[in-house]
Amino acid sequence: MRNFIGESNFDFFGHRRVAMYISGALIILSLLAILIRGLNFGVDFTGGFTIEVGYEKAADIQAIRDVLIAADLPDASVQNFGSSTEVLIRMAPPEDGKGGAALSEEVFAALTPTSDTPVDMRRVEFVGPQVGEELRETGGLAVLMALFAIVIYIWFRFEKKFSAGSVLALVHDVVITVGIFALFQIEFDLTILAAILAVIGYSLNDTIVVFDRIRENFRTMRSGTPTEVMNVSVNQTLSRTVITSFTTLLVLFALFIFGGKIINGFALALIIGVIIGTYSSIFVASTAVLALGITKEDMMPVEKEGADLGDMP
Amino acid sequence: MTNANPLWKILLLAAVVFVGALLALPNIFGSDLAVQISGRGNPLDPDQSFIAKSTIVEGEFEDVEFREEDDRLIALFKNQDDQLKAQDSVRRKIEQATTTVSLNLVSASPDWLRNISEPMYLGLDLRGGVHFLFEVDMDEAIKSAEERYVSDWKRAVREAKIKGFKIQHTDGKISARFNVVADRDKMLEAFRSEGGDLDFSTSEDDKYGYITANLNDIAVDEEKRAVLQQNITTLRNRVNELGVSEPVIQQQGLERIVVQLPGVQDTARAKRILGATATLEYRLVYGTPTDWSSGTVPPGAKRYKLREDGSPILLQRDIIVTGDQIKDASSGFDQQSSQPAVFVNLDGVGAKRMQAVTQDNVGNLMAVVYKENRIETSFVDDKEVSKEVKTEEVINYATINDVLSHRFQTTGLGGDEATDLALLLRAGSLKAPINIVEERTVGPSLGAANIRQGFLSALVGLVLVVIFMAWYYRIFGMVAGAALILNVVLIVAVLSLLQATLTLPGIAGIVLTTGMAVDANVLIFERIREEIRSGSSVQAAISSGYDKAFTTIADANVTTLIAAVVLFSLGTGAIKGFAITLSIGIITSMFTAIFGSRVIINAIYGGKRGKTLAI
Repeated sequence: MRNFIGESNFDFFGHRRVAMYISGALIILSLLAILIRGLNFGVDFTGGFTIEVGYEKAADIQAIRDVLIAADLPDASVQNFGSSTEVLIRMAPPEDGKGGAALSEEVFAALTPTSDTPVDMRRVEFVGPQVGEELRETGGLAVLMALFAIVIYIWFRFEKKFSAGSVLALVHDVVITVGIFALFQIEFDLTILAAILAVIGYSLNDTIVVFDRIRENFRTMRSGTPTEVMNVSVNQTLSRTVITSFTTLLVLFALFIFGGKIINGFALALIIGVIIGTYSSIFVASTAVLALGITKEDMMPVEKEGADLGDMP
Repeated sequence: MTNANPLWKILLLAAVVFVGALLALPNIFGSDLAVQISGRGNPLDPDQSFIAKSTIVEGEFEDVEFREEDDRLIALFKNQDDQLKAQDSVRRKIEQATTTVSLNLVSASPDWLRNISEPMYLGLDLRGGVHFLFEVDMDEAIKSAEERYVSDWKRAVREAKIKGFKIQHTDGKISARFNVVADRDKMLEAFRSEGGDLDFSTSEDDKYGYITANLNDIAVDEEKRAVLQQNITTLRNRVNELGVSEPVIQQQGLERIVVQLPGVQDTARAKRILGATATLEYRLVYGTPTDWSSGTVPPGAKRYKLREDGSPILLQRDIIVTGDQIKDASSGFDQQSSQPAVFVNLDGVGAKRMQAVTQDNVGNLMAVVYKENRIETSFVDDKEVSKEVKTEEVINYATINDVLSHRFQTTGLGGDEATDLALLLRAGSLKAPINIVEERTVGPSLGAANIRQGFLSALVGLVLVVIFMAWYYRIFGMVAGAALILNVVLIVAVLSLLQATLTLPGIAGIVLTTGMAVDANVLIFERIREEIRSGSSVQAAISSGYDKAFTTIADANVTTLIAAVVLFSLGTGAIKGFAITLSIGIITSMFTAIFGSRVIINAIYGGKRGKTLAI
């Protein structure tokens, strides 16, 4: 039997103050980063243009900037994207209201004569300011709706203290993940939002496994304080939590390294989220449930519910 | 406790593996680049099919294959250059009015497999193409509805033989002024009986009687819905004319239309055609060149400019035929002058009118007016301001030598312009202008790179997890690995079956699922280990490991599913792709990781009395 973590008996809840300080500090830092630095929203949310072009050899960024200024497109931001041969040009929606195709043609026409090798038009994205605003709203709404639906489900399947604990853990994960994006000013676009929702799903997955075991142990263990029961439960599920997080991180790193630059931010958000989600399902969710004063009695009435679903093959 | 497999479980697993593999198989063969020649609404004309085929054969492309099926001809090409060249040359030869030539991707599977299953449908970010989100200018739509009421009212007043009135529309209101109040009361009844959801009000001063009306909410909604539907129809016709296969044209909300054109390279042309409002109008010329340059416009005449040199010309106010009466159009070249020409075919009403007018006017001049409305959007203080720019110019005029009827030709346009105009005339006009509020274009090279990278990361992720599981949980881990591979096959099978769109985030969803799907097996195996540690027999440990882990797995997966469903309902395009693969993956993993792995484990360990498990 190979074991990263054998029969462990860490005293998780004895150290819950430390965990609380760490989480509290991370959340405050994240909120500060979000409030002060703000999120670096991509065109999906701000509206504007993104044009990606590819060259056969390393592109001269300064030359491209000069060309665009000469072509009367002075507000364009030009940078390498992924490699030295690929260039990303970004612009706010122009004053004269040219649509995406017209503007990309203009950029393309300006760039082509300056390069002795062919210029490849990789990608054009144009999002109108109105659409960007709507995407921001529906995006925020999506996160809230997901959280709400999950609260209801856990309340129904477990108990309201568990429901509160898991949501607290989820908010913790979302705030810290978003905070890291704000701190490092990593571009926040639609795929990142999707990743955040996936993180919610994943982190909850972890939390539920722990909760499930807590519920089981409350019912089967004859003795022990709630703290002891919970400590045993977290220890029993620890091996599984670590292994699953490890396999998930394996595929996410594969995605991060090989998936290409468009999916890079998405993979990064998930990697951060999975790490934080694993931590929070051990330290935050259960600690919160304990702080809310969970007792053996809280777990007993739901026995009927467990019974009709529990023994399926 | 023997953990033996009942026969039905083995048969079910075998059947799922077989069907899943069969459905997923076409994805290994992939797709071929094709040019598809088909009839426009009718079966393909054999003559046109022959012309198309011989054109392609003459082109001497590398390894062309032909396939004739379902009233269409498909030519398969080895590379994109050939495909584009072939489409272009066939287009020039065949009769555009009856036949369409479009670029396509067709399954490269052998015949027997093609009848069973198709490869997954690739999204724009994987195959290249363009996504537009159009917003219909509803203010314009309502304005033109009001104009319609104005002209209806005018006609009704004239029919009632009432003199002394003025009807116009201003600021969202239709107003009528009558010199005699009694006339006003009479017409109010008439206007009400005309129907339409209008709210009326009346007033008078010492000179006039007034009626004002405005469209009520029901009428506005009705108008918006009708305009949106008509625009969707027109856009669909235009997309078909562009020769794009598998396009998506969908209503989104109450004022927007999504158009997705896979594989389109010339996005500028696509955009020009989709948003274009160009049409033709035929009018008689008024007076002589001396009248035109005199600077005065007599009643019954309208001043235009000639496209050629911008000099003025006067035309009669009455229109002979408009673009809406053109039933069919194609482009080509005038036989005598070999200038680009549009060949026009009028409908019954138009043809009758054309015949009557030309009969009475042999020897007079007739002019062709080219009309185009462009929307120019600008941003003032971060708000979009659109204004309509109308171009109306005379592209040619000529003496009527003969009586014209159904078919005739018009010259005076550039080559591309003639082709585009013929296309627009065939497809019909937009009922209200449309603006692009979102555009996403992915070039073919990036699409190919996305597929390659997506596939590579999925493969690497899968291999890493399988190796890790086999190392950590030994025999049980290998079984989990097999279940995981089956899970990926099933995801691909379900995607192929549903023909749901696979996007790059969709591939990421599959990759993420491979990491998360083993969770079920990890939970089960850890339970089994615990049971063994607490002294259970191997058979009891296996059995209770699976049983006890089940609720946990179900609960954990339902919550992830909730997040995926929320994503699907609120997400757009590519994000939906992620939600789809994630949801499918969760559901299939419940089958493979719990049911599938159990059947295999039972087959290996079931009924044996051994003391140890390789776990």
